[in-house]
Amino acid sequence: MDNFINRIFSKEPSSADKAKDRLRLVLINDRTDLSAAALENLKDDLLEVLSRYIHIDPKSMRIDITQEGRQQRLIADIPISGPISRKY
Amino acid sequence: MSAKVITITSGKGGVGKTTATANIGAALATMGQRVACIDADIGLRNLDVVLGLENRIVYDLVDAVEGRCRLSQAMIKDKHIPDLYLIPSAQTRDKTAVSPSDMIRICDELRPDLDWVIVDSPAGIERGFKNAIAPADEVIVITNPEVSAVRDADRIIGIVEAEEKGTPKLLINRLNPEMVKQNNMLSADDVVDLLAIHLLGIVPEDKAVLISTNQGTPITLDNKSLAGQAYQNIARRLMGEEIPLLDLDKGSGFFNRISSVFGSGD
Repeated sequence: MDNFINRIFSKEPSSADKAKDRLRLVLINDRTDLSAAALENLKDDLLEVLSRYIHIDPKSMRIDITQEGRQQRLIADIPISGPISRKY
Repeated sequence: MSAKVITITSGKGGVGKTTATANIGAALATMGQRVACIDADIGLRNLDVVLGLENRIVYDLVDAVEGRCRLSQAMIKDKHIPDLYLIPSAQTRDKTAVSPSDMIRICDELRPDLDWVIVDSPAGIERGFKNAIAPADEVIVITNPEVSAVRDADRIIGIVEAEEKGTPKLLINRLNPEMVKQNNMLSADDVVDLLAIHLLGIVPEDKAVLISTNQGTPITLDNKSLAGQAYQNIARRLMGEEIPLLDLDKGSGFFNRISSVFGSGD
């Protein structure tokens, strides 16, 4: 009960939640050998290639690695603002 | 009958591999199974003291590998349980004294006369670990609900899969139900969620484990201890029985209350 009350009144996540979140990221890096920085580079490169064909707002683009069992999945959610020709 | 070879490994040191090996071996043997436990940590012999057999060693694993004795001469019979044997590691040699093919040969020689061979792997991912998993029909990865142990377990699972030993099963050791309840320890569900392999069992943190190790008697022979019961359940699951996980919450509260009533609690 104490714990329940503490959780309602504190915005700070518990140490177990922090451990789990940190581990989730570390395990993805370990399993894919892809650091957070490398993922950023991947995102920039992907953006550059896609921008040759479609118009993309870099801020709305989301690229994440998710875990399904022991399988990692690269998920890209890229809203298209419009065809590139409209720029001209 | 041919024995099944199970290797217990963890990546990180100090998570409880040797205690788990001794207790799973002892629990299987109390169920009437013929069991040999092999200490594959060459140079850092430990399974002998955990089983309380340190004074009975004449020959060790390296003696058997190098032909200075017959394999049966390196098998030390347990004091408490019939049909439980220890093959101790060599204390004054290093891991290069044994190769993966030596381990396969030794285990194949043991198979016809036993039901189980439990191999205690050294920590790390090098030669000693490779030796330990080479003969395995099944691998058990043991971890603690703690960030570095879980990370190392994940790495080990990846290596075991890459070595085509199948997906290992998970044993979570030293779970403290009180701390989990306070949200200050990863829960068993959290660990299973992260590692995504089958959970073989959970062993709660239990002071009785250290006490039994001090005495050289496996905790699983103590029916009053929760950790002891957890190891018995793990052995029964290995035998193919469907045993639900222990209710650790109820268990700790109930046993603490009982033991405090009788003044024998911690």
